[in-house]
Amino acid sequence: MTDAILDAVSGVAPVLASGTATASAVDVLTTRHAYVAFALLLCIGLYMMIANPNLVKKIIGLNLFQTAIFLLFITSAYVEGGAMPIVPEGAAETETFVSPLPHVIVLTAIVVGVSLTAVGLALCIRIYDEYGTLRTDVLRELLRDEGSLPERPSVGGAGGGETDE
Amino acid sequence: MSDVLLPVAIALPLVAATLPIALGLKYERAGWPVAAVATTALAGLATAIGVEVARDGTLSHALGTYEPPIGIELVADELSVAVLALVAVVSLATLAFARVAGPRGNAFYSGYLLLVGGLTGLVLTGDLFNMFVFLEIVGISTYALIAADRSGASAYASLKYLVVGTVGASLYLLGVGYAFLATGTLNMLDMQVQIVEQASYADPLIRASYALIVAGLGLKIAVFPIHAWQPDAYQRAPDAVTTIVAALVSTASAYALIRVSYTVFTVDFLAANDAITTVMLIVAGASILAGSALAAMQSDLKRMFAYSSVAQFGMIVAAVALANETALLGGIVHLVGHGLLKFGLFLGVGLLALGYGARELDDLASAARSAPYTAGAVALLGLGLVGIPPSIGFLGKWYIGVGAVEASMGGGDPAGIGIAVVIFVSTLFTLSYVARVIERFYFAGVGLSDGHGDGSHGDEHGDGSDHGVAADGGSESPSAQTTDALIGGDEGNDSPLTPVAGAPRSRFVPDRVPPAPLVILILAALTTVALGFGGYALFEWFDPFLTEVFA
Repeated sequence: MTDAILDAVSGVAPVLASGTATASAVDVLTTRHAYVAFALLLCIGLYMMIANPNLVKKIIGLNLFQTAIFLLFITSAYVEGGAMPIVPEGAAETETFVSPLPHVIVLTAIVVGVSLTAVGLALCIRIYDEYGTLRTDVLRELLRDEGSLPERPSVGGAGGGETDE
Repeated sequence: MSDVLLPVAIALPLVAATLPIALGLKYERAGWPVAAVATTALAGLATAIGVEVARDGTLSHALGTYEPPIGIELVADELSVAVLALVAVVSLATLAFARVAGPRGNAFYSGYLLLVGGLTGLVLTGDLFNMFVFLEIVGISTYALIAADRSGASAYASLKYLVVGTVGASLYLLGVGYAFLATGTLNMLDMQVQIVEQASYADPLIRASYALIVAGLGLKIAVFPIHAWQPDAYQRAPDAVTTIVAALVSTASAYALIRVSYTVFTVDFLAANDAITTVMLIVAGASILAGSALAAMQSDLKRMFAYSSVAQFGMIVAAVALANETALLGGIVHLVGHGLLKFGLFLGVGLLALGYGARELDDLASAARSAPYTAGAVALLGLGLVGIPPSIGFLGKWYIGVGAVEASMGGGDPAGIGIAVVIFVSTLFTLSYVARVIERFYFAGVGLSDGHGDGSHGDEHGDGSDHGVAADGGSESPSAQTTDALIGGDEGNDSPLTPVAGAPRSRFVPDRVPPAPLVILILAALTTVALGFGGYALFEWFDPFLTEVFA
């Protein structure tokens, strides 16, 4: 997973560098701040999902993570001086237009994100009704008492579970 | 005009998914008939698409008459048809089990049809972003179905899957976004061309894009370091849901991986980026070993076969990363074969749980005596999972292994030999846990009295004096979910396998399990064997796809 993030960061680099040949760190921060915000949001979201024991906050982290991706699409679609890609009848077609495709993608992805959040929150409500807590550490104890989780965390559950949640 | 079949096949289950809820306002039990009609029709459509593809080759349809690359394209080639057939057959067959095992209620069948529609779309789409949407439709309906069991543990397992699965799909979307930035297109075939024209295989943006897509789909497939959601989800889901989810959902994600790797990024990209394929091979190898080892340590049958899936999908990822024709053929055959095997295994486990209330390996002493057909089918499928010929499980593993060795022979790369060794070791592990199951079914509890089971064979060990012979510590505690359903709990200590109260009785078989799913289970087991004999036919069928990919 961290590899993927590293890839994500290194993947943005050429985009950042493509604008000016001498893109220093300051230039990047001032002219490409949206990409920096994208990377930050992505990492914050991921960190929240991994580190926060509260299930609802995990879902908030998930939303941040997705929002970061929306931001990437929107930023990449920005064209200096670009016009809406709607050509009235008879108008000259000489202007620079913005590609509408990334926006459509983001719209669709937002819809997907909203439905995921809804399902996630519904599950949270059920878990809270059942166990009266939303903290994963307490939950795990309760599940272990109930017998739904193995007594000792199994190798797979302990190794992968901590990093993936 | 026959290309219209493609959108119809996707739309049919999605539209039908609204019916159970709508009709539910008036009729109590509208869900099952609607789902049965829809999946039967889908099976018919899948057959028709298969016939078309067999006759004319690849079938494609431009949605809404917007021609690709602007519009969204639906494509059916040999690979998609094979997975589509698996989706149609398994979704239809699972219904017979869902009818008796539940979960009941119209909302369940709506979710079920949404899942089927999502899987169909995922298999047929020719557009990268469209694939993301279907991936999420499959995801959301799977989360809902897993939580359909009214227990807190299933809700927790489902939420865990939701978080991990969404991260996976988001990483996939991010990867698609990078590729889109580099090429300005989303159509798969167009992107294949544009990657070469507008970027190059060494372009960091393209590399990052592929790495992100692989990581995202890897989460969805559940390969080793990121598999933790999967055993819980499979174990906690209702039996009928596990049956379809284990057979299809990860399979569809693995299909997406094959599709993206070979149709969008192509073999040349994989050959040009050794670092990525090496990492994939290492992850796949770890997945094969760890999955098999963890499976061998489990006592819960559903959990055991869930971990086994981690190993089998590791092999498929390895086949993708090896990037040669034999290995890919093996990967595809194993993809379909594993889907069928896991469908049968989880169905068999579900039937035993339904009829006898036993989910733990320890509870199933001499299951073959009271349920010979169910136990026999499960044993046959298990041997197929090990890879004993003639079974499709053998074919897939064999081709992947041969492909791995070939990869090493050609380039002198030791990774291929490593994979072949890992597959061999994993086979031994698989044999160890399948042998445990078979030992339980056929040899454990020899001294047990045969008190129950009206249709059982002779009472060869009728005297109840040798209770102690059965060193069967776990059998006195049937799993918690079914305690209340058990009859004769007081005398259950020394009985081999006690049917639950009201377990169905059949005139033809001694098994106290519902007859319709039992027939399907036996058919599934026989199909895996029959397909094993059809090795050459499978090769013939996938040959056009492989030739195109490795052209």
